[in-house]
Amino acid sequence: MGKTMFEKIWENHIVHEEAGSPTLLYIDLHLVHEVTSPQAFEGLRLTGRKVRRPDLTVATMDHNVPTTDRSLPVADPISRRQMEALSENCKEFGVTLYDINSRRQGIVHVIGPELGLTQPGMTIVCGDSHTSTHGAFGTLAFGIGTSEVEHVLATQCVPQTRPKTMEIRVNGKLGLGVTAKDVILAIIGKIGTAGATGYVVEYTGEVIRSLSMEGRMTICNMSIEAGARAGLIAPDETTFEYVKGRNFAPKGEDWEAAVREWRKLPSDADAVFDTLVELDGSAIAPHVSWGTSPGMVVPINGEVPGPDDFESEADKKAAVRALEYMGLTPHTRLADVPLDTVFIGSCTNGRIEDLRAAASILRGRKVKDNLRAMVVPGSGLVKMQAEKEGLDVIFKESGFEWREAGCSMCLGMNPDILQPEERCASTSNRNFEGRQGKGGRTHLVSPQMAAAAAIVGHLVDIREWEVE
Amino acid sequence: MEKFETLTGIAAPLDRPNVDTDQIIPKQFLKRIERTGFGKFLFYDWKYEDDGKTLNPEFELNSPQYSGATILVAGKNFGCGSSREHAPWALLDYGFRVIIAPSYADIFFNNCFQNGILPIVLPEDTVSTLLSKAKAQGYKLTVDLVNQTITDSEGLSIPFNVDPFRRNSLLKGLDDIGLSLQYEDEITAYESRRPSWKTGAAGGTAVA
Ligand code: SF4
Repeated sequence: MGKTMFEKIWENHIVHEEAGSPTLLYIDLHLVHEVTSPQAFEGLRLTGRKVRRPDLTVATMDHNVPTTDRSLPVADPISRRQMEALSENCKEFGVTLYDINSRRQGIVHVIGPELGLTQPGMTIVCGDSHTSTHGAFGTLAFGIGTSEVEHVLATQCVPQTRPKTMEIRVNGKLGLGVTAKDVILAIIGKIGTAGATGYVVEYTGEVIRSLSMEGRMTICNMSIEAGARAGLIAPDETTFEYVKGRNFAPKGEDWEAAVREWRKLPSDADAVFDTLVELDGSAIAPHVSWGTSPGMVVPINGEVPGPDDFESEADKKAAVRALEYMGLTPHTRLADVPLDTVFIGSCTNGRIEDLRAAASILRGRKVKDNLRAMVVPGSGLVKMQAEKEGLDVIFKESGFEWREAGCSMCLGMNPDILQPEERCASTSNRNFEGRQGKGGRTHLVSPQMAAAAAIVGHLVDIREWEVE
Repeated sequence: MEKFETLTGIAAPLDRPNVDTDQIIPKQFLKRIERTGFGKFLFYDWKYEDDGKTLNPEFELNSPQYSGATILVAGKNFGCGSSREHAPWALLDYGFRVIIAPSYADIFFNNCFQNGILPIVLPEDTVSTLLSKAKAQGYKLTVDLVNQTITDSEGLSIPFNVDPFRRNSLLKGLDDIGLSLQYEDEITAYESRRPSWKTGAAGGTAVA
């Protein structure tokens, strides 16, 4: 019997294995950020341990960095202390750091791929659940807690129990205006927020093959929102093309050797997954979330559901709570919901292609009066590239704020937050209660839908809008 | 890590599905660089009214009958969302050593064990029973990890499963890092087999 890609990568990284214990896996790349690392470094100090492989460890600051003028000191003293702690820790332990003065700074899941640190066939961990993003390269990438961050710093290994495998096959072709974001929202809507718990998901099918690396990253990014340990997409020419020539990618003969290995990674034709889920890509409409969990999504041409649309008591109750929190009544047409704010950014949709897509809608148009619109590039390099292409001008002329790179309003740890009852169309990944600010109401959408919504001031079906 | 063998304590119900880690510990409290002191921020947005000071009388855990609770009975998919270990730190610091729920998110489940919290998985109807029993004033459960049972003073007895490796680590209070370092030779041997082009941050140019 053949092997799945997951099995191949897993087996390539086994350091120690014995019955009844988790397997000790070697980690090729450990990404570190300011929020989940201070206690891990402190743990090393307390036990007198070192960072085993500083050369396989890269740090940046993203979660609570301000996205306004970088020449000013960081106003929030507690955020500042956390950033300083990371600088000191990286210095003490010899870890490469891209801090807020570096143009390579950015959201950890954006900079890994764009610097060529993320390559096929690797194991990558980070103290952040959206580490699943890197799976788009055919690499086993998963989020870990701070104790495990300390574990990896000290040993370059992590003990893991072997997950099950799930294939999610998206057949057919996407319609005009339908993006990778809509595909993953549709998947989560179908299988639920715990639908893939305990699994590593491999996304396959014609739709996935036709996506760019950016689109594939958007898909893998939100695997965690379906509960998956990780998401994977087999590497192909699109992948190699993307990685080639990037700063940390192998060069010359090394490149040839690496690609030869990478070509062996895709799942064998006769490999068997524990579970298969199939979707018809041509039937997927642009999606938008209506509630307070990423599984609470509907097609944009649909209506807000009511509690009666759910079967179990728990789901009915959750729907009541979500409707109340979101300030929505059942059977409202999604496209009629007015907005106060639009946020474009995050590790889900803060890459250059996302900004291009949004800008293409905004060109020559103006943001609706009294609507707050903000675009936060995923990294310093994304920002530079966008400025080179003149996208910043398009955003600014249409009425968007053009910010410095970081997580920003995706989780509102920095000053970018929603006020209570402020309603926001956001290209991020989580619509939990209070995620973007206490009482804030989040509707998850694609960059195109966010841009269009900013112009008309309410959620909108991008497919009709393009016709207008 | 503190050992866990057996514990008797007040059980507090939190009857909601999909409680995420943003709810367990909101992000404004993630900026601390210590591991301790997170308990007072547990479920902050539910616990307090909008002013951040007045206790919300409708939030279950604010009821005086649950003060000092050490066991949390919760809904399915508990701990979903962000990987923040601040969530188990907050639960632990608040006093919880055991969580009982029909299911958990992966990373959270794992993070619990790392901190000496025992997350128990039980069928949904058993959890429902416990959720309603826990409404009674002073209702206590005894969780015995040695014999893997949950009991109360009324004759209830529920067996539970836990991964044998995890169980052993909890019973002995073992440090995972110490365990892995026993395999130092194997780690070194693995490193010598890695392809030379896997250079991580050492390849490329270092210029910021
Ligand atoms: S952009 Fe949002 S989801 Fe992504 S790493 Fe930052 S906070 Fe997490």
